[in-house]
Order: sequence, then structure tokens, then C-alpha cells
Amino acid sequence: MTNSTTTEFTVRVQAEDFDVLAETEILTKGRKDVGAIVTFTGLCRDEGGTLEALELEHYPGMAEAQISKFAQQAVERWPLTGLTIIHRFGKIPPGDNIVLVIATSSHRRAAFEASDFLMDFLKTQAPFWKKEHLKEASDGTWVEAKAVDDADAARWNEDKPK
Amino acid sequence: MKIRYFAWLRERTGTSEETIELPETVKTAGELMSWLAARDEGYAFAFEQPETIRIAVNQEHVEEDHVLSGTEEVAFFPPMTGG
Repeated sequence: MTNSTTTEFTVRVQAEDFDVLAETEILTKGRKDVGAIVTFTGLCRDEGGTLEALELEHYPGMAEAQISKFAQQAVERWPLTGLTIIHRFGKIPPGDNIVLVIATSSHRRAAFEASDFLMDFLKTQAPFWKKEHLKEASDGTWVEAKAVDDADAARWNEDKPK
Repeated sequence: MKIRYFAWLRERTGTSEETIELPETVKTAGELMSWLAARDEGYAFAFEQPETIRIAVNQEHVEEDHVLSGTEEVAFFPPMTGG
């Protein structure tokens, strides 16, 4: 069901890193109606010590527009008090941040579900592509999309909350 | 019409973006892929499996039967792997 007033959200696509605590504080500072904060941070993961870096290519303009479209769906679907989504591009070494979703709400369920929903759609519908650069290889390899990610995203079409 | 290519489509075509005059025989995004594939070896390689390629028109996802009239920007890219 759609909320009568929709919460504003922040979407950023950037090369530089983000500060999870600082971004969280923006959503909670000076308000007393927030009962739950869910933050999801996606990191660049090393594959057994072989990865030099992930290179993230994106479609400028469309990336922001697609993320905003799903952010809008999330604030209409769940009673959130705040929402911030940041996705990085460029070369990112193992251990560094790639993506951040922070959802805040009065109660935990909305914040959990909204962040889960957003990550599923970021993975399959936002125009970003990962290329793996291995330490031992001169050429990078494009990461292939996974069917399980499409299946995860499809869950939200069948399973509409009350 | 502006055409943009991302990830391995950009690498295989050797082009990130170009402007083309749309031939009259090309009506849909799918027909545009076939027409591009016939250009040279690199394009043929890029579009060898058109069913796996995702299409955006004016930065919105579309299917290959999308009619291109009045379209400003078409983009071709592999399935997305963000997040």
C-alpha cells in the first residue's frame, strides 16, 4: 500500500569512498521518531588472494535514474523515515566499499525489507558492470550476471507486503 | 541517433558512443542490433548473441521489439552486475 506522504531519499553515484557513520547520522540527527536503522555495505571481496581490484563501469545518468526509481518504489512501499543509497564506480581494491544502503524507520521490519529490496534491484537493474582485474593476468574479465540475483529480485513481485 | 555501448559491448565494438543515421529499414531496437552486427567483425562479435544483450532507450530499459522513432539515445549493454 502507498503511504500518503512519501519520505525523501538521497541517491549518489560517485568515485570516492563514503563514511557509513556520517551518512547514518544525517538520517537520525535531531529526530526522535527513528526506531530502526538498517545499513547494508557491499565490499570488494578478494577471491583467495588473487584479486588486484574490481573495476566498476556505469552508465552516467541512467545509473542515478534507475536507483532513484527503485528508491521511490521503496519509500512508497514501506513506511521509512529516511533512505540513502550510494554506489561507487571506478577501480576498487579488495576490502574497500562499493555500495551503501541505509534505511531508517520507526520499526525494524520496514527498514530490513526496504534495504533487502533495494539491494536486489541494484544488482540486477542498475546499469553497473564489474570487471575483475587479477594480480596474475594482464587483461581483466567481466563478471557474469547470476541467475540467483534475478530470482532474488523476482521475489518482490510475488510477495507484496500488506 | 546516439548509440552508446558499455562493458564488453564497448570493448568488442571498439566504441563507447557514436552517432548514426538510422536506415529506413530499421524500425526496432532488435533490428538495429542486426544492422549493427553486419557492419564489421567487431560488431558481429559484440552482437553474436543478441538475446543476452540489454537495451535502454533514453536511459529506460526496453525490449528488442521497442520501436525507435524519435529516439535520442539507444544503449546496448550486458546484464548488469552492480551492487
